[in-house]
Amino acid sequence: MTDSAALLHKHSFVELGARQRAKALLDAGTFRELLDPFQRVMSPWLSRQGVVPQADDGVVIAKGSLDGKPVVIAAIEGAFQGGSLGEVGGAKIAGALELAAEDNRKGIPTRAVLLLETGGVRLQEANLGLAAIADIHAAIVDLRQYQPVVGVIAGSVGCFGGMSIAAGLCSYLVVTQEARLGLNGPQVIEQEAGLEEYDSRDRPFIWSLTGGEQRFATGLVDRYAEDDVAQIRQQVGELLKQGLPANQRSGQAELYLQRLARLDAEPQIEPATVRDLYQGARS
Amino acid sequence: MSSYSLRGMNWFNALSTGAKTVVGLPASLNVADGFLGEQAVRFIAVVADPDNRFVRARNGEVGLLEGWGLAKAVDEVITADQDKPQKRALIAIVDVPSQAYGRREEALGIHQALAGAADSYARARLAGHPVIGLLVGKAMSGAFLAHGYQANRLIALRDPGVMVHAMGKASAARVTLRSVEELETLAASVPPMAYDIDSYASLGLLWETLSVDQIEHPTAADVSRVTECLTQAIGDVAEKGRDLSSRLGASNRAASSQVRQLLREQW
Repeated sequence: MTDSAALLHKHSFVELGARQRAKALLDAGTFRELLDPFQRVMSPWLSRQGVVPQADDGVVIAKGSLDGKPVVIAAIEGAFQGGSLGEVGGAKIAGALELAAEDNRKGIPTRAVLLLETGGVRLQEANLGLAAIADIHAAIVDLRQYQPVVGVIAGSVGCFGGMSIAAGLCSYLVVTQEARLGLNGPQVIEQEAGLEEYDSRDRPFIWSLTGGEQRFATGLVDRYAEDDVAQIRQQVGELLKQGLPANQRSGQAELYLQRLARLDAEPQIEPATVRDLYQGARS
Repeated sequence: MSSYSLRGMNWFNALSTGAKTVVGLPASLNVADGFLGEQAVRFIAVVADPDNRFVRARNGEVGLLEGWGLAKAVDEVITADQDKPQKRALIAIVDVPSQAYGRREEALGIHQALAGAADSYARARLAGHPVIGLLVGKAMSGAFLAHGYQANRLIALRDPGVMVHAMGKASAARVTLRSVEELETLAASVPPMAYDIDSYASLGLLWETLSVDQIEHPTAADVSRVTECLTQAIGDVAEKGRDLSSRLGASNRAASSQVRQLLREQW
């Protein structure tokens, strides 16, 4: 195929909204949304602060099948409040993961896929967002005893804050070139540590440290996919099929402590330094 | 006055008198094995290390070494007690001003280090170790998620210096495009946005709050009051199970219960 023909056949995943993404990953005709927007379970905290709430609170929970097996997808809508998690959206994700774990205890092998486009805690609901994220962490670790939890960070919001920790708890992670994965958003680091430490306006700098390609090259994610619906779907399917990983990335404290011990932490860090230090991190 | 808080260290020292120091961990972690009454426990605190190799983690922040070090300290207990019917309790003494904000931290995957800590605490809980979080100072954002928030029970001391939040005021104001004054006004009327421990308690996330006489340098009476409360919390976990459901039920967190109930009906 010529390049232009390939482009015509490619369907961008990044450009899809949360609901369309969930639909695109599930087997045709199996998408069923829980707590859909018509039920209007909205944030009880936003309107009193002059922010217009959204009928799904920016989170889509969908059940269906993927390659014929049961799966629940939690998709965050990056276009609503930066994909931030408040009480309702956070409880939707935590609650869905808790029910998936319960399914497994009853013999139903429900897997989970998280579509992560999020700045983390929604600051208008601060402590309730933080509490919900702690619940999400707990639920991922519980479900992961039985079935893989696959996280997808496609872009363009990326995955930050407490939800980057959730990403770090996933059995597997898939990213695109558009994706970023990091604990602290660039603005916050600049605010706390200064421009010299972190220039939040320098996009090439930020992608070179936290972008999808670098995260893949340093073994902090498992798959690097093109921004293409078919390719992402295939990668997610393969990872679910693999079952539980032999070594959970978040369970490798000793390995990472050894690596960090080898680092000269004195000079400011370069992307290549991390690649060298973490080379071979992928199992 | 030092530029960093000493509360975590002081409470660690007071509670772990006679306990055996655990070695082989980063200097920013204080870890010791001891007893609360009959119950074997491991005490864990993150403390300031002014000589930390990572310059952005010298004031008690939870950074790369701290995240992975916490994971290691907890994993050791899970492994050692694997075949024992009586599991050691984990007491996370929480006085953490923030996660570490820095270029090295982001580049080296601080999110993964914090995931390591959260993972280990959660697995310890699932394996039957009672995990109790004791809040004696700040419990901020990612630092709290890594150290404390996976506990079965959270206990906070009543003091203006004990606070839970998602982000410091200056940064929170910048990100939400408000002034610090506007933020404070809103925080006063919206409980989840407030920084004080009473507002936090109204969300139902705390199992208990306790008053002490000298929070910076606990007295013998303070230590015995807190020890008793920790022991009761461990007993409560043994009685009611290992999940986090005890955090649900407050009217200021009603939507969290409602969402779960609707999901279950539609599942």
